[in-house]
Amino acid sequence: MSTAVETVKQITEREYQWGFVTPVEEETVPPGLDEEVIRLISRKKGEPEWLTEWRLEAFRRWKTMEEPRWARVHYPPIDYQAISYFAAPKQKERPKSLDEIDPEIRRTYEKLGIPIREQEILAGVAVDYVFDSVSVATTFKKKLEELGIIFCSISEAVRDHPELVRKYLGSVVPPGDNFFAALNSAVFSDGSFVYVPPGVRCPMELSTYFRINAAGTGQFERTLIIADRGSYVSYLEGCTAPMRDENQLHAAVVELIALDEAEIKYSTVQNWYPGDREGKGGIYNFVTKRGLCKGYRSKISWTQVETGSAITWKYPSCILQGDESVGEFYSVALTNNFQQADTGTKMVHIGRRTRSRIVSKGIAAGRSQNTYRGLVRILRGAEGARNHTQCDSLLIGDRCGAHTVPYIEVKNRSARVEHEATTSKLSEEQLFYCRARGLPLEDAVALVVNGFCREVMEELPMEFAVEARKLLGISLEGSVG
Amino acid sequence: MAMLDIEGLHVAVGGKEIIRGLDLAVEAGEVHAIMGPNGSGKSTLAHVLAGREDYEVTAGRVRFLGQDLLELEPEERAALGLFLAMQYPVEIPGVSNTYFLRQAVNALRKARGEPEMKPAEFMKRLREAARQVGIREELLRRDLNAGFSGGEKKRNEILQLAMLEPKLAILDETDSGLDIDALKAVAAAVNALRTPERAFLLITHYQRLLNFIVPDRVHVMVDGRIVRSGGKDLALELEERGYEPFLQEAA
Ligand SMILES: Nc1ncnc2c1ncn2[C@@H]1O[C@H](COP(=O)(O)OP(=O)(O)OP(=O)(O)O)[C@@H](O)[C@H]1O
Ligand SMILES: [Mg+2]
Repeated sequence: MSTAVETVKQITEREYQWGFVTPVEEETVPPGLDEEVIRLISRKKGEPEWLTEWRLEAFRRWKTMEEPRWARVHYPPIDYQAISYFAAPKQKERPKSLDEIDPEIRRTYEKLGIPIREQEILAGVAVDYVFDSVSVATTFKKKLEELGIIFCSISEAVRDHPELVRKYLGSVVPPGDNFFAALNSAVFSDGSFVYVPPGVRCPMELSTYFRINAAGTGQFERTLIIADRGSYVSYLEGCTAPMRDENQLHAAVVELIALDEAEIKYSTVQNWYPGDREGKGGIYNFVTKRGLCKGYRSKISWTQVETGSAITWKYPSCILQGDESVGEFYSVALTNNFQQADTGTKMVHIGRRTRSRIVSKGIAAGRSQNTYRGLVRILRGAEGARNHTQCDSLLIGDRCGAHTVPYIEVKNRSARVEHEATTSKLSEEQLFYCRARGLPLEDAVALVVNGFCREVMEELPMEFAVEARKLLGISLEGSVG
Repeated sequence: MAMLDIEGLHVAVGGKEIIRGLDLAVEAGEVHAIMGPNGSGKSTLAHVLAGREDYEVTAGRVRFLGQDLLELEPEERAALGLFLAMQYPVEIPGVSNTYFLRQAVNALRKARGEPEMKPAEFMKRLREAARQVGIREELLRRDLNAGFSGGEKKRNEILQLAMLEPKLAILDETDSGLDIDALKAVAAAVNALRTPERAFLLITHYQRLLNFIVPDRVHVMVDGRIVRSGGKDLALELEERGYEPFLQEAA
């Protein structure tokens, strides 16, 4: 009988499907980082003086800081002077219309399943396409402009809406917040900018698709989303990178601001190249994401499905400043082979009757290590604050590890904080039951794991839930046998 | 050739021999019942036929519809037309009963090179089948077997049986834990599924089930072997005299 192990081996021969390289001529700044390089990046982007200074200030801070060491991840020291901090496809100017985009880049996104188009498949979604360090296209801009919604690359926002950028950039994640945020503030290249005016409900999903293509570079994007009073926006971020033997650094910063009664829903499907089965190569994903519920009854909801990257270090957080504001964090983090993930959230309750909810589903397979790290902090003034945390881990095989590290700090006696945690193993009985009903082994694994993650998957916008479900299945191929 | 043909089967679990030389032939259209004391190896046989991996077949062969059954993966056996209603159906949290069944139906169709069943058609059939086995609509939306009562789980296995339309259905103590109405509903559903092409292997402890589903053959299993086979009257004899005489025969 061909054993399950053999079947599984055959499946694992299949490689990361998004690992190709686009043959496009790129302009890359030589490796290394000093004030000159930062001035050069700023100049290339035609930035105003204040932003150049802001970057330099961040760089000076960064030089005095040390890489965080508290996460449960291990990697050799990163040589920050060996990285190139800017790579962009050569083009004279940003194309004026979608038709002028370099056919190679166009083909890249087609292969990734997100064609640069304003019809058909992506009809309900406006997309900003970021290729290495620059945004190459944004769809549906006109339609959104009619509603007063600004959706563009952050470089364009600096040029066209400097007052908004200046007011909010760094207001949630200050340049000196942490080592990686400081680095990002110094060298950030591109990313997306969203502003939704008061009372407007954004009629489509806004999405950015990040693609790392060039070798030897890092990607440092910056995203800023502002939801003005009573507005609503749902935003989705996706990402992939070629397969390479060396590790590549991705250090992004995302800042969200929700004013009175505004709501931001931010979803991520993270699928950076995780490295090969021996643990070689892959993206180091060191990301700072934070949302400020600034207004009364504002709401920020993070949903993440993390399947990629060699190392993930990421804690999308909510500062619940406005009274009765709500923060949510729904996470699926899946690690296989030699991947390491240390991810979770911080919920900081400042306002009265603020509420937060955390649902974390960690899945560890192969020899991977998967850690949930979460902080719930209730400040003195947070009268009647409430938090509920549900933290479940699923182990596949017996060479992986799952860890839960909750920190709880309560300074107000009227607060209520609940924490539940479970750890289980993928059950042979469940797999056999599914297979006896006709599901092939890999489909059975995907089905059981998707069931385990359902609460989180349900939070994803419909268009992406199907993709995310498939992705979980693919990422787990070869994990059982 | 018989639809299912087991010859000289020996099966060990964790080094201990549980099935010790078992022969059994089931023809298409027949209903066979296997009875036997606790621990005699009935569920082990059912699991081995369905393809569970933690059992070691040390000798013997099993042919099903002309194929060497033991060579096949569990899902291949299902695609070929084998179905096992389990004694202890497992719970799968987060996966709705309906979603699971649709995946199963389409997986079997795919394996057979048939197109997927249209969602509308699937729902229509599902409702019909659910009505027949007495499963409430609410149970179809719930997570598979999660929090189902013992009887609900058993009925749900029969619902799957009705939807998946196998050639050979093995029912491992589907009647245990059912109230009399449920037993009748399950029996009626099984009888409705009896066709000249489909065979059943009923594992049971109770003659009562066989009043409703009348078997063609009854086998007594003791200590990993079939020690006696006969017509439906054998079950009555067992009911009266218990397994004692057979235990001695086996020893
Ligand atoms: N995984 C296992 N490890 C060890 N022993 C096992 C295992 N599975 C079955 N057995 C043993 O094999 C024997 C037969 O078990 P089986 O479940 O087949 O009996 P059964 O005839 O179905 O009994 P019942 O009528 O109680 O359902 C029992 O003694 C049981 O303890
Ligand atoms: Mg049994």
